Amino acid sequence: MEKSIVIVGGGHAAGQLLTSLAQKNWKGPVSVIGEEPYLPYQRPPLSKKYLAGELGIERLYVKPAEFYARQGIQFVPDTRVISIDRDRRDVCTQDGRHFSYSTLVLATGSRPRPLVVPGAGPATVSYLRTIDDVDAIRERFVAGLRLVIVGGGYIGLELAAVAVRAGLQVVVLEGGDRIMARGVGPATSEFFMRSHCREGVEIRTAAKVLELRQAGGAVEVVCENGIHEADLVVAGVGAIPNDDLARQAGLEIGNGIVVDELCRTSDAAVYAVGDCTDHPNAIFGRRIRLESVQNAVEQAKTAVSAIVGSPEPYRQVPWFWSDQYELKLQIAGLPDGYEQAVVRGDPDGSEGFAMLYLRGGTLLAAETVNRAADFMAARQMIAARVLVDTARLIDPSIPLQACAVSATVAAER
Amino acid sequence: MVKIFFEAPDGNRHVVDAVEGVSLMEAAVTGMVDGLDADCGGNCACATCMVYVSPEWVSRLTPPDKAEEAMLAFCPHLGENSRLACQIFVSEELDQLEVSLPPSQQ
Repeated sequence: MEKSIVIVGGGHAAGQLLTSLAQKNWKGPVSVIGEEPYLPYQRPPLSKKYLAGELGIERLYVKPAEFYARQGIQFVPDTRVISIDRDRRDVCTQDGRHFSYSTLVLATGSRPRPLVVPGAGPATVSYLRTIDDVDAIRERFVAGLRLVIVGGGYIGLELAAVAVRAGLQVVVLEGGDRIMARGVGPATSEFFMRSHCREGVEIRTAAKVLELRQAGGAVEVVCENGIHEADLVVAGVGAIPNDDLARQAGLEIGNGIVVDELCRTSDAAVYAVGDCTDHPNAIFGRRIRLESVQNAVEQAKTAVSAIVGSPEPYRQVPWFWSDQYELKLQIAGLPDGYEQAVVRGDPDGSEGFAMLYLRGGTLLAAETVNRAADFMAARQMIAARVLVDTARLIDPSIPLQACAVSATVAAER
Repeated sequence: MVKIFFEAPDGNRHVVDAVEGVSLMEAAVTGMVDGLDADCGGNCACATCMVYVSPEWVSRLTPPDKAEEAMLAFCPHLGENSRLACQIFVSEELDQLEVSLPPSQQ
């Protein structure tokens, strides 16, 4: 009997699973069951070019519609899986359909963390995760519209950049003491703060939102530092892994669905990939959960390698990017536990700059702004754990890879 | 529609009818040509969409900017006429463009 694969979730990871299965000439039946009405698509452009109206839905798709037909993939949109029966190897959907599997892949992603304050609800706050979310937000875009963004993370700041250029009056309320605190170091936060302010975005930190009040057609956003009147409120305050289905099915759950280096869950017939997984990172020697396209893509490739019988364990330096105005922020590695932070280049100059984080003389992480070469070199150097010469590092005219003392892998700490 | 020819490492030629304004990478993905990984979805962040441009076309393309040049340096199979497909945009002037694909992008 042919081995069948069922994929729960129709997002970016699902798109890559299908791409990889096709590349490996997988011949068995494949079904993808997604909650959204759209084919698997890329989310990054949603808060950038798609929001700005510069490209249409078809250009978001990971694979065009013809691909599904050609590969004989059964795509089931607008459908929620409500339970998994691991004994019978069967999943059940909200409309009572059943899909049996030899191998199940959970690619359920994450969902926006809801803003939980008095008055918060569909009438007062929107989120930015899906095509439908962005279509609804873009419909409201008109010069002069008062947009209050709750959360100074990547989503909030990318939205702010597009909105202020579209002529909206933009206020960003960040509850912590600096923007993108989870993603970047203080110097990089400050650089982006200055950049946004120069563009006319008002950013308030230590401005935790306490309540939302409807006031005629507007919303009063009550926060620690005062009240802001908004015509539209969008919250970008984090994401929660969609691991409930797995939890109900009795799979091991940690910070998301627990998987090993081949993306296997605690059930040998079930894999999990992408935003929803708690996975081991071989380079950093600890378990992490990542909300990134790179992780979705690489875990999908890993899972497929295992499914087709030529397993390639996941071993990746996490990387990420964010585009705000003409600033291309590219981040490689994880800075936790750094001992030294080094600035390379002049943040106020025209050649971009990089913040490099070191421990024990090796590179842990790099935040680069408009320095793609440093970003690419850093990815390799972090993986190889090269010892670097700090004196050369700070000279942006020396290529980053030429700052290695040697290419020896540092001893395990 | 603009015709773009992609030659695979195995010698097979794929012709794609591309819409003006999309990148060569998007044209390849939409045209279901294998061999461009495009891990970052066209963001000039991964250097996995490299193609070799056929010699007579090289000077007819807008030259790479600094960011693309920097990324190209990291392609494992970098060649003389390598370009990142996500940085070349389809226009009428590129009708009949010929590019070939490297043995792998990783």
